[in-house]
Amino acid sequence: MTTRDRLTYFIYHHRTGLSVWTLALVLSLFPFYYDNPYILGITNLVAINVIVVLGLNLFIGYAGQISLGHAAFFGLGAYGSAIFTVYYHVWPWPAMALSALLVALTALVIGVPVLRLSGHYLAMATLGFNIVIYSVLVQWDEVTGGPSGFAGIPPLSIGSLLINDEFRFHYVVWGVVLVLCTLSLNLVRSGVGRGLAALAVDERVAGSLGVNSAREKVKVFILSAVFASLAGSLYAHCFCFVNPDTFGIFASLDFVIMVVVGGMGSIWGSLLGAGLLTVLPEFLDTFESVKDIIHGLILVLILLFLPQGFITGLLDLIRTNLALRRRKNVKA
Amino acid sequence: MTPYQDLLQFIFSGLTSGAIYSLIALGFCVVHNTMGIVNFVQVDFVTLGGMLLFSGLFSFGLPMPFALAAAIIGVTLIAMLVEWIGIRPSRSDNQLVLIFLTIGISIILRGLMKLIWGKNRMAVPPLSGEEPIRILGATIMPQAIWILVLTALAICGLVLIFRHSSIGLAMRGVAANQEAAAIVGLHTGRVKAVSFGLAGALGGLAGVLVTPITTLNYDVGVLLGLKGFAGAILGGFGSFPGAILGGVSLGLLESLTAGYLSSAYKDVVAFVVLLLILFVRPKGLLGR
Repeated sequence: MTTRDRLTYFIYHHRTGLSVWTLALVLSLFPFYYDNPYILGITNLVAINVIVVLGLNLFIGYAGQISLGHAAFFGLGAYGSAIFTVYYHVWPWPAMALSALLVALTALVIGVPVLRLSGHYLAMATLGFNIVIYSVLVQWDEVTGGPSGFAGIPPLSIGSLLINDEFRFHYVVWGVVLVLCTLSLNLVRSGVGRGLAALAVDERVAGSLGVNSAREKVKVFILSAVFASLAGSLYAHCFCFVNPDTFGIFASLDFVIMVVVGGMGSIWGSLLGAGLLTVLPEFLDTFESVKDIIHGLILVLILLFLPQGFITGLLDLIRTNLALRRRKNVKA
Repeated sequence: MTPYQDLLQFIFSGLTSGAIYSLIALGFCVVHNTMGIVNFVQVDFVTLGGMLLFSGLFSFGLPMPFALAAAIIGVTLIAMLVEWIGIRPSRSDNQLVLIFLTIGISIILRGLMKLIWGKNRMAVPPLSGEEPIRILGATIMPQAIWILVLTALAICGLVLIFRHSSIGLAMRGVAANQEAAAIVGLHTGRVKAVSFGLAGALGGLAGVLVTPITTLNYDVGVLLGLKGFAGAILGGFGSFPGAILGGVSLGLLESLTAGYLSSAYKDVVAFVVLLLILFVRPKGLLGR
């Protein structure tokens, strides 16, 4: 083996780890190049969405289930943090953990019966769950503040350092993204992850290979709910204000659209999908009247022409082209 | 008002909204049976029905019966166009991708409607008179009677189409087995387009009937459409009697909750009951 071969082998062998480290490097330098608070505000929102989409992609892309209700868990996390910190004066970090624990319990209670359903019935059940949570957030105004929202949530802090501007929040939220991203990348290549992928293709075959599909589905549902809850808590502490409209069914649809556009079953696709669909509306703000039309059109075009999602679709295109070119070279 | 009259009043209002949910639910089922997808554009067919009725009445000055017919035909044609441009070119057979394709189209249609008719709320006049009618001590608006009668007629029409017309039989053939239907010479693409058109007609009818009661704006159909979807799921997705049963039970459940428990939490109660029923019967009331 020449040195070059060894280097290529090293890069290929450690491609996932190297990608994560590169991403970490880029992210840690990013705020020094773009110190505009507006841009950092948007990238922080991207990060929050990435956390939800990562979890949702494990549930939809790997386990092959469908959920149109993850904004409910996002909302429960946000309101959980808000209620614990404001009414019970719990510190933000423990409040976040406590909300995540409660959301995990909720997901367990909901998940056991709901995940017996499949296909359209599962879609409706999760949608119904979201509508229920949303209505409660709007109607129970003594506790949640009703339609006008919940204000006065304290920001996060590390020691005596308050995380109260976009610059500091960037490091916290993207740090969480990197940890959860690494976790997901490892999970999908573990036995559990392979089991989930088998379950997505055919539950009966997976069962015959020793995958307890009912239990695995509930587990990954809880995991994705906890991701959403963490993102919700971060959202609450970032903006110090929450409003039920952020957690309605349209938010859930947006999350699933991010998964589908990024590529189902692609962890890197989750980053891209969330990034693309969070940044897009900001760009389209200049064409106020046709904003929705362009938004829908982009979604339709991607789904028509790259139905496996952006990353997977593009990689497939490149691979096909390379293979075609190689064949041409061999012939010539 | 005696308690008995109250109950009758709630049942009437429940039946009225239930009829609307049933029409929408039937539209979901027609498309699901031939194409195997949840067609979320159904939601906008409802709005579109109301919008076209409004334009027919006020921009073109048509008399009510003609405006009504024109609105329903218009939605039917638009639905077929949507299938032709939006769904048919898709090369994916992944359910989730197809469902989100319909959601994308729905976003585009809503954007277009916002562009054409604006964001303001509009009022559509009822089909006839606004003088309430008293039946057995309960008062109902003539529009509610129209809703019940026209829904019943639409259901009869649907039964006739599926039992006796050749296109109806073709749709049942495609629903039963698409490959076999293609082998015996049915044009499955055309059948799918017609089923989309039929769904559009049902949604459009629901729209022209309901918008005089609610008000009309570009996203009035969203919540109604989701309730229709819930009705279809409750009854068993794809089953026509199930869609009617599911839609009506959802309407009754809602109005009885609003009347006796709390109108603020009527959606919560309706969807919690839906979830509980699905836990016991995971394929809906009449599903197989």
